[in-house]
Amino acid sequence: MFLRRASVLLVALGFTLFAFVMAGPRAGLLVMVGLGFGLVLEGLRFGFAGPWRMIVTDRDGRGLLAQLIAIALVAVVAFPLLAANAGELAPAHAPVGIGMILGAFVFGAMMQLVMGCGSGTLVNAGSGNLVGLIALAGFIGGSFAGSLHLGWWTALGSLPVYSLQGFFGANLGLIVTLAGLALVAGLTLARAAPGKRMPPRRLWIAAALIAALALANLVIAGQPWGIVYGLGLWGAKIAQAGGMDLGATAFWAAEGNATRLTESILTDVTSLTNIGLLIGAFAVMRWRADPGAQTQALTLASYGAVLAAGLILGYSARMAFGCNVGAFFSGISTGSLHGWVWLLAAFAGSSFGIRLRPVLLRPASVKGAYA
Amino acid sequence: MSARLSRPIVALLALAMMTAILALDLASTGAPDLFTAPPAFALGSGAAPTGAHCTGS
Repeated sequence: MFLRRASVLLVALGFTLFAFVMAGPRAGLLVMVGLGFGLVLEGLRFGFAGPWRMIVTDRDGRGLLAQLIAIALVAVVAFPLLAANAGELAPAHAPVGIGMILGAFVFGAMMQLVMGCGSGTLVNAGSGNLVGLIALAGFIGGSFAGSLHLGWWTALGSLPVYSLQGFFGANLGLIVTLAGLALVAGLTLARAAPGKRMPPRRLWIAAALIAALALANLVIAGQPWGIVYGLGLWGAKIAQAGGMDLGATAFWAAEGNATRLTESILTDVTSLTNIGLLIGAFAVMRWRADPGAQTQALTLASYGAVLAAGLILGYSARMAFGCNVGAFFSGISTGSLHGWVWLLAAFAGSSFGIRLRPVLLRPASVKGAYA
Repeated sequence: MSARLSRPIVALLALAMMTAILALDLASTGAPDLFTAPPAFALGSGAAPTGAHCTGS
């Protein structure tokens, strides 16, 4: 037990120190923030895909309410912070468009299929969930593939970037955001069954910690918490190593993205928190006396479906300008209109994906199990 | 089969995949230049954010 826990600390501190020494203090701090996300998400079982399923299937609104509380806490600090430091901090604003809405819908459906969203896929893989690991491999490939076609999807029809700050100013924009979150919370409470409304203490603590970490991310990185960009960049790095000329693609030839390609992923803020998140989830799983059982064995075809779902998950997240973290959590908490549209489209997709899961993923018989 | 793919094994595979990507990247880009590393905190640095985000195109 002692040796196992010591090795967990060694891995977590080792990666943090490695990033600090190789890429400087900001890199080390961002790995620590990512570690915090991983510890909270896995340790306190704070998730996104699960609560979206629970409110539909079990009329359990506790997890969804915890998400809304975390977003509100971030918004209360982020709105004035962004307004006062526009030259140093950037919000997570993106345009609303046809491709974006379609991408959010498909993402919502796929996240129910693999039982994990952007952060959830990293947490699941890091904590030893086989479905999560397969989905993560697909997500990396999919988000990279999506980056190659993003211009085409955006050209289908897209509005300019609208934000609540732009519509109402920072102060009123915050009030409208909080009112919007209160409305969603009210709908959640109305849908939830008695006894499944008030989040337990664990989720209150998790919501507060996630909010604190998201704000730390903003203050350190200069931008809100994100997942998808880092995973797409990892895919791009692999493609580049395989000989693909990404300089000929519109997305990767763009100034900021081209810089990310020529520099180490240790300089990419989203990659650093992704690395920390994966290690944090690993640390929680290894810290426990019992790491828990592996996910239910599936047929080989079902694992193929998980890989395909992971690919589509990553691709659609790129189309949608972010996943549950970059678009929903960070988008809404920093005033992006697209975050709200993402929520509506992804929730509709999620409700569809709940019905899709038993059709596509079938448990294996003991004889043909792959787990 | 299920014993070999326990949670700790799968988690180690995930870490190995991430480490392999990092190693592949460092082999092609080289180590970052510490002299151009940004300040620890973006807030108060006086510099515009340069990081890429999911919401960017």
